[in-house]
Amino acid sequence: MSLADFFSMGGYGFYVWGAYLVTAVAIVMEVVAVRARLKNARHFADSGQEAQ
Amino acid sequence: MNTSSINWFRFASPASFFPLARRLVPWFGIPAALLAVGGLYLGLVVAPTDAQQGDAYRIIFLHVPAAWMSMFIYVVMAFWSVITLMFNARLAAMMVQSLAPTGALFTFLALWTGSLWGRPAWGTYWAWDARMTSELILLFLYFGYLALRGAIVDSRRADRASAVLVLVGVINVPIIYFSVRWWNTLHQGASVSLTSAPKMAAVMLSAMLIVALAAWLYSIAISLARVQAIILERERGTGWAEALAGAVR
Amino acid sequence: MTEATLQPPLADDSAWRGVAWALARDLKLALRSRAELGVQLLFYVIVVTLFPLGIGPEPGPLRTVGPGVLWVAALLASLLALPRLFSVDFADGTLEQIALSPYPLAAIVSGKILAHWLATGAPLVVLSPLLALQFGLDGREMTVLAVGLLIGTPTLSLLGAIGAALTLGVRAGGALLALLILPLYVPVLIFGAGAVESLRAGLAPGGELSILAAALLVSIVGAPFACATAVRIALD
Repeated sequence: MSLADFFSMGGYGFYVWGAYLVTAVAIVMEVVAVRARLKNARHFADSGQEAQ
Repeated sequence: MNTSSINWFRFASPASFFPLARRLVPWFGIPAALLAVGGLYLGLVVAPTDAQQGDAYRIIFLHVPAAWMSMFIYVVMAFWSVITLMFNARLAAMMVQSLAPTGALFTFLALWTGSLWGRPAWGTYWAWDARMTSELILLFLYFGYLALRGAIVDSRRADRASAVLVLVGVINVPIIYFSVRWWNTLHQGASVSLTSAPKMAAVMLSAMLIVALAAWLYSIAISLARVQAIILERERGTGWAEALAGAVR
Repeated sequence: MTEATLQPPLADDSAWRGVAWALARDLKLALRSRAELGVQLLFYVIVVTLFPLGIGPEPGPLRTVGPGVLWVAALLASLLALPRLFSVDFADGTLEQIALSPYPLAAIVSGKILAHWLATGAPLVVLSPLLALQFGLDGREMTVLAVGLLIGTPTLSLLGAIGAALTLGVRAGGALLALLILPLYVPVLIFGAGAVESLRAGLAPGGELSILAAALLVSIVGAPFACATAVRIALD
């Protein structure tokens, strides 16, 4: 499959990449959010204050 | 106690589970990433184009694993909910808490990818078929759990109330699915069967199973990470929590 | 403090007496706020009336959606009355005392749920044929609808009570209750409205009505215990 074929996905590119992109974004967002939450929780547990 | 057997109850307290969770995350996260890349490569590049659905069918490599995980996670939440109620165990409730957002996310992804698959394959973004409708109701069940947890201030009460909710929900999921399927066949005219997946060549099936395995490992990794945050949030003010947080730096 | 008998007679602790005591007490209380009952019934009528106003007066579409509309409105009306099942007693500490009584809490809860259904669900069943006229349902369809509601609304009360207990004293409890319970109501809705659909398709509605009856039996057995558990969780 050529690169052009890969992107167009037989003309269904909108649907296929619409699905894959949103999935990728969702997973990345979840990982980022959990890491931020953990960092936040560590910071506040360490200092004994209320976590935000 | 037999000294050669592992005393699993040693890890039953949030304090002792925390370091274990921390160590385990990469053991699940890295294989998950590798399998995901491998499986998707198989699915997007190696697997042949489908005769009927063209390349649009490739969404299946996301849709089916997401749907499987959305249901599997709910069942695991139900398991931990039983433990919560039987042993009044804080950590079990924290596991339920850490799984729910991921389960909801997979449910949403199953619906999203299913909708985008439906349009090219069957002409419509949303058909009220049994599986998609049940999946939508499952999303409401996840939201219900998250909303109840958020609304109850006392975390111990929230643990047990939301455990009851998950158990009532898990009993109802097969009932809901059965009734929606019945409803779908009754109104035959409007129904479109989204269950007719293309006949799977071996490569396609392998790719799907590999991505499914990756999704499962990912779920474990992300919820082990989240539970660490939950443990620290809920146990703050205790000496060990400060020590743990400090040791992590 | 409510005026109705607060403390159950302590001599006997059988479950049936618990049911009877709770039933009598809650019915007495419900009858005292007749206006409130009237409002809930009126809510049902208004919601049902809104649909033709939204859809248009064509008899065809109305006939098609009629059973579904009447059932959905029944679901919503059931939700309306549920928060008050426990909240009044919870607020003034009566619920705690009731939980400490020698009667099994599941029995007390069953009595309360039965009273709730008699006060809110049963009138709905009686009213439904009248409202079905608005949608052009014929006599047989009306009957199947009413029988379905008769079997189904107690199930709604039983399931809804679990939600009411889980959300006791919680902010925005009413909306949260709806979110928690409506997914569980879906099978009842499907088979209740589906019974009328089956009749229209020329089949006997017995299958759907049997399933509704089975759901009711399972709920009668299971829901009071789940509900009692939830009440204890809320009281701790």
